[in-house]
Amino acid sequence: MTDVLTPVLTDIWDAEQAWKLATYAERGGYAALDAAFAMSPDDIITAVKDSGLRGRGGAGFPTGMKWSFIPQDNPKPKYLVVNADESEPGTCKDIPLMMGNPHVLVEGVIISSYAIRANKAFIYIRGEVVHVIRRVQAAVEEAYAAGHLGKDIHGSGYDLDVVVHAGAGAYICGEETALLEGLEGRRGQPRLRPPFPAVAGLYASPTVINNVESIASVPAIVKNGAAWFGAMGTEKSKGHGIFSLSGHVRKPGQYEAPLGITLRELLDLAGGVREGHQLKFWTPGGSSTPLFTDQHLDVPLDFEGVAGAGSMLGTRALQIFDDTVCVVRAVLRWTEFYQHESCGKCTPCREGTWWLAQALTRLENGQGSEADLDQLIDQCDNILGRAFCALGDGATSPVTSSIQYFREEYLAHLSHGGCPFDPARSTAWAGTEVSA
Amino acid sequence: MSTTAPLDDKTIAELREIAARYPEARSGLLPMLHLVQSAQGRITPEGIETCAAILEISAAEVNGVATFYTMYKRHGVGDYHVGVCTNTLCAVMGGDAIFQRLKDHLEIGNDEVAAQRQGDSHTVSLEHIECNAACDYAPVLMVNWEFMDNQTPESAVQMVEALRAGHEVSSTRGPKLCSWRETERVLAGFPDGRADEGPAAGPASLAGLEIAREHGWSAPDPAATPAVEAKESDA
Ligand SMILES: Cc1cc2nc3c(=O)[nH]c(=O)nc-3n(C[C@H](O)[C@H](O)[C@H](O)COP(=O)(O)O)c2cc1C
Ligand code: SF4
Ligand code: FES
Repeated sequence: MTDVLTPVLTDIWDAEQAWKLATYAERGGYAALDAAFAMSPDDIITAVKDSGLRGRGGAGFPTGMKWSFIPQDNPKPKYLVVNADESEPGTCKDIPLMMGNPHVLVEGVIISSYAIRANKAFIYIRGEVVHVIRRVQAAVEEAYAAGHLGKDIHGSGYDLDVVVHAGAGAYICGEETALLEGLEGRRGQPRLRPPFPAVAGLYASPTVINNVESIASVPAIVKNGAAWFGAMGTEKSKGHGIFSLSGHVRKPGQYEAPLGITLRELLDLAGGVREGHQLKFWTPGGSSTPLFTDQHLDVPLDFEGVAGAGSMLGTRALQIFDDTVCVVRAVLRWTEFYQHESCGKCTPCREGTWWLAQALTRLENGQGSEADLDQLIDQCDNILGRAFCALGDGATSPVTSSIQYFREEYLAHLSHGGCPFDPARSTAWAGTEVSA
Repeated sequence: MSTTAPLDDKTIAELREIAARYPEARSGLLPMLHLVQSAQGRITPEGIETCAAILEISAAEVNGVATFYTMYKRHGVGDYHVGVCTNTLCAVMGGDAIFQRLKDHLEIGNDEVAAQRQGDSHTVSLEHIECNAACDYAPVLMVNWEFMDNQTPESAVQMVEALRAGHEVSSTRGPKLCSWRETERVLAGFPDGRADEGPAAGPASLAGLEIAREHGWSAPDPAATPAVEAKESDA
């Protein structure tokens, strides 16, 4: 049995100047590099495959398998692109990871690039987090100065350059092909697949795109072995992952645990839902994953467990809402987000998200009828599976799941002639105001 | 805004320098537009023309990109651009109330610059923003894209007044605030040497780690798990 929490990537965050190379190196940082250079690139890919590491950016695709799709007989240069766009509502793990431990990402970039035989890597960070960008820029600079980047790294004959690239505000640029468009200096609109990025990605060259946490997990796998990684987690969802608790819990924050931990266990650690209130609904992996309720406290938070209960593990963004929160208000706000962030490329999403927002606004205001709920579900059916990319699919998740679990609450808006909830009761300071 | 100075030679050289970081120059466009904003306070027609000329693409193409991304501003923002997260989690936790209070206090709407009163040394602008990956610190404000965690309507009003008065304000999880234009320069890829300011992690980031330390919990001991080779042999 492993411990309840297993800090690996977060383990250094409480160190003095955790972000500095010296701090990281003192704790064995960059030791995995020599272990990696002693292996062949293919052996690293095998080790990552054996570890069972699956993508931490949401979809859970096996990382080693993705790397093995890079056609090594293709004469074009290969590229590694790190997806540090972190913008899925509720998701807040990569940003503190890059702020507190940027060198583990840089070390992961070096090993991963070596494995796929890339000599150039890009870290695409959303633009709205300047201090995180400073930390990653500084880590890359320090790594160059220490000879971990540049020409003939550690005398291995291997060369790597890394560019830190700031985005400019667009949720869709987290979608990997839209990210590539952004990185090529274009509007961030998804590309038709196939061809997949592994075959024709950045500049139509073979490209691996991985999430920050996926890449940051690589050094410890190389150093400690696949069996070490596999000792954490469940059969098909191996290893450690950062779980982000936010909202109405006493101790919101980052909890790094083996995959498969439950919300009940996490809430126990976090001191439970705030005083005097009950858990009402939550997202297991961001706003694009169907809502869960208090029925789902014991669902193992791994890829299979969450899928089996009708949602998705996504990014382990556990947004907790208590009984003061109106689910219609919450879903309307997410829907307005999707409408705003829709890139406009395909009709089901562009028109559909607009329509959903209109219908939900009416319902939140107590207008319309029960038939509107069925129309909402119909409209979601028209988007799901017909949208060009997963943003459109994700937009339907909160709508359909909230109607599934909270139909009565939608109807209460109609009978009440508006929202029956007082938003003041949900705030972080509710109940603490000084009465004047 | 009519007083925008033309792009100087140094800036134009830096725009070229950005394009040269990439195997294909056009990849530099997003950071180049950040640099235009740093130099001129917004996306100007001149900035668009200059980027287009350097990248040998049409101004219409540059314009299409500049209008796609929300961080690019056609009209100027304040010295301090305040973003209030009103995505669901922050909204519910108080972001909606904070945004309303700031609009009332500053007497402006979304995406507007508050009037500079007599005696104000700096200007402030206001925008509601989407989830900024800081939900464990809700409700969250960003000032010039630095974190201002765990805010209330009162703390937000005090902060904007301190900024207007020219007092020093620091991010709750980062450095002393610099101006919006200075921030844009870092986003263009020109570090300002302030990476070492601020903590490694805020209190919420450390919530799980502190509990693990209390209980003596850790990841498995690598020495106690079989090596990779051993695993292959038992397959
Ligand atoms: C709308 C949308 C937004 C996304 N945002 C992100 C993101 O911010 N970060 C991320 O790593 N993956 C994001 N993804 C998933 C990526 O497309 C891709 O699957 C992922 O980066 C692959 O990395 P991984 O295999 O390491 O998880 C997003 C997908 C969609 C459809
Ligand atoms: S689903 Fe939405 S975001 Fe994706 S391509 Fe279509 S319009 Fe763009
Ligand atoms: S919802 Fe506000 S930071 Fe995530």
